[in-house]
Amino acid sequence: MKKLLVSIFALTAISTAIAAPIAMEDQSQLKPAPSKAESEQYHLPPLEADLPDNAFGVMVRKGHAIFVDTKRQVPELVGNGLNCVNCHLDQGRLANSAPMWGAYTMYPAYRKKNDKVNTYAERIQGCFQFSMDGTPPAADSETMTALTTFSYWLATGAPSGVKTPGSGYPDVAQPEGGYDIANGKNIYAEQCAVCHSADGLGQKVGENYVFPPLWGKSSFNWGAGMHRINTAASFIKANMPLGKGGTLSDKEAWDVAAFMNSHERPQDPRLVEGDIEKTRVKFHANDGVNLYGETVNGVLIGQGVK
Amino acid sequence: MRAFKHLIYGGLLAAAISPAMADDGEKIYKQGGSQPGALACVTCHMPDGKGMDAGGFPKIAGDSAVYLSKQIHDFKKGLRENAIMLPIASALTEEEIKAVTQYMSSLDKVQVPEITRAKTPEGLGEQLAIRGDWSRSIPECVACHGPGGVGVGDTFPPLAGQGAKYLAAQLHAWQQGTRKNDQNDLMGHIARSLTEEEIIAVADYFAGLGK
Ligand code: HEC
Ligand code: HEC
Ligand code: HEC
Ligand code: HEC
Repeated sequence: MKKLLVSIFALTAISTAIAAPIAMEDQSQLKPAPSKAESEQYHLPPLEADLPDNAFGVMVRKGHAIFVDTKRQVPELVGNGLNCVNCHLDQGRLANSAPMWGAYTMYPAYRKKNDKVNTYAERIQGCFQFSMDGTPPAADSETMTALTTFSYWLATGAPSGVKTPGSGYPDVAQPEGGYDIANGKNIYAEQCAVCHSADGLGQKVGENYVFPPLWGKSSFNWGAGMHRINTAASFIKANMPLGKGGTLSDKEAWDVAAFMNSHERPQDPRLVEGDIEKTRVKFHANDGVNLYGETVNGVLIGQGVK
Repeated sequence: MRAFKHLIYGGLLAAAISPAMADDGEKIYKQGGSQPGALACVTCHMPDGKGMDAGGFPKIAGDSAVYLSKQIHDFKKGLRENAIMLPIASALTEEEIKAVTQYMSSLDKVQVPEITRAKTPEGLGEQLAIRGDWSRSIPECVACHGPGGVGVGDTFPPLAGQGAKYLAAQLHAWQQGTRKNDQNDLMGHIARSLTEEEIIAVADYFAGLGK
């Protein structure tokens, strides 16, 4: 009986694997951007008002619409309650919020991890698969053309092939003595719960989230870059509380990031043979600081929620 | 769908407060509270709760009861300085605050058109509302006040359909330090960053949404 169950499970696992191939398995973290000299300015993307009134302008606007209103514009591709703009603030324009202008010029890129050249389309597919817990759009789909055109436009005038200041989320070094989940809980209550709600599940108006969920079934999944405590700490330190980025100390950012990422979220779609430990070893053991497959207060983390 | 929701909310409300209390709320609203100074709210906030902007009297219809109750306590504590509301708020008992805010919350709210962040903004007011100005750490107003400024939960009040004069007065109050009741200065730093021209534009914009 047990054997039968296992093989049925393996079968479904294989068939879903066939149905939804993982576009970009490698979600390991980006290299840090160089820091900005006092006198230097961040790249200034062009203004919306200056968009040309032609097919290019229309495609940029379409990409913009998908970026800021993903869940409504392409519901078939989004598995959770998020929009791209939730983690790439100011419509993908804001420095230190992994802006699209900092990303576009860095592809195609060779990555040792999967030993191949990864394209910009594949990077975006990765965010759909993991951050949006959804289905990646095909490389030649209109959605992909729109998002790529939008990014290309934002990068107008940016140097290509070099990391520019303000790209990615600036690294925040792990505090001495590590992080403290219990203290993170206090910071969460004081600084975050007012918006993301006490239970972390966000707040909606009608069908859509205004304050996105930080964990639970409608948040990013266990394969997303944000599940790394170091990446989340970097994002949070630079960008949260909304409008007050840079006000938390490094330690507070780490503690609250660890608290956030000690909660359950949708399973890693790369799950190896239905086994959390195997998945941990293959994808999480060497991927920054994360709690996937670890036991915290007697509970195994990484079981996933549906 | 909306009607259905009203039904649910109505049901919840009915279950949460006894009919006697709802009547009390209406009575306080229309005739004033038990203590001297607790003037009838209806005089200024109007029978439909939509207020009267010429006098600077805000719309309170359909706002969260928790939000309204917090404001009354904030007037009392001096976290919102206002010569008209201070004596009124101070004259209300805890029971009366609870009852009258429930009643205000039960009045019909304004209908707000759905405006998403995908829209291309027209004019300075809408620009601030759906784009913000991140070079000054000003997020899109709708990121906290909800799409079209409908308000979110018990903390983020609706801006849509609120009087322009009142909205501008609140932004000025934050600038002058006479309103300091927002958690962690979430709203205060934004108000202080706005120029006079921006305050007028964004107040007009939200006042023009929703009827
Ligand atoms: C839950 C948060 C989240 C959401 C939602 C999200 N992303 Fe990301 N995105 C990230 C993180 C984290 C990274 C990697 C940053 C790192 O490793 O330092 C990233 C990286 C990227 C990059 C590469 C950045 C670079 O500098 O190389 C692109 C492009 C991107 N995302 C596009 C998108 C698009 C398009 C969407 C919507 C379909 C989206 N993201 C949704 C969190 C998110
Ligand atoms: C004033 C409201 C507010 C506060 C306070 C706030 N956030 Fe956010 N947060 C937002 C909004 C709004 C977004 C989405 C941004 C957008 O779409 O423009 C967001 C996005 C996020 C995201 C990425 C999206 C997701 O769901 O994963 C994370 C992570 C996050 N916040 C963590 C935090 C943490 C941790 C704190 C406390 C230190 C915090 N936030 C405080 C409003 C807030
Ligand atoms: C004489 C006119 C007047 C009367 C009577 C009056 N109010 Fe007010 N109310 C005001 C004004 C003016 C403001 C705006 C104060 C400010 O600018 O801060 C206000 C604001 C409020 C607010 C805050 C609204 C918001 O959106 O933040 C609440 C709540 C409130 N009043 C409740 C009451 C209650 C309850 C009563 C009856 C017991 C009442 N008011 C009677 C004039 C009045
Ligand atoms: C980071 C979240 C956040 C953003 C963004 C934000 N607000 Fe607010 N706002 C608040 C909070 C919180 C309150 C309620 C404070 C209280 O009374 O408890 C508030 C209250 C207000 C009020 C008073 C409403 C009333 O009924 O008294 C006005 C007016 C206002 N905001 C205007 C704006 C405008 C205009 C913008 C955009 C330029 C904006 N807000 C952006 C958080 C925000």
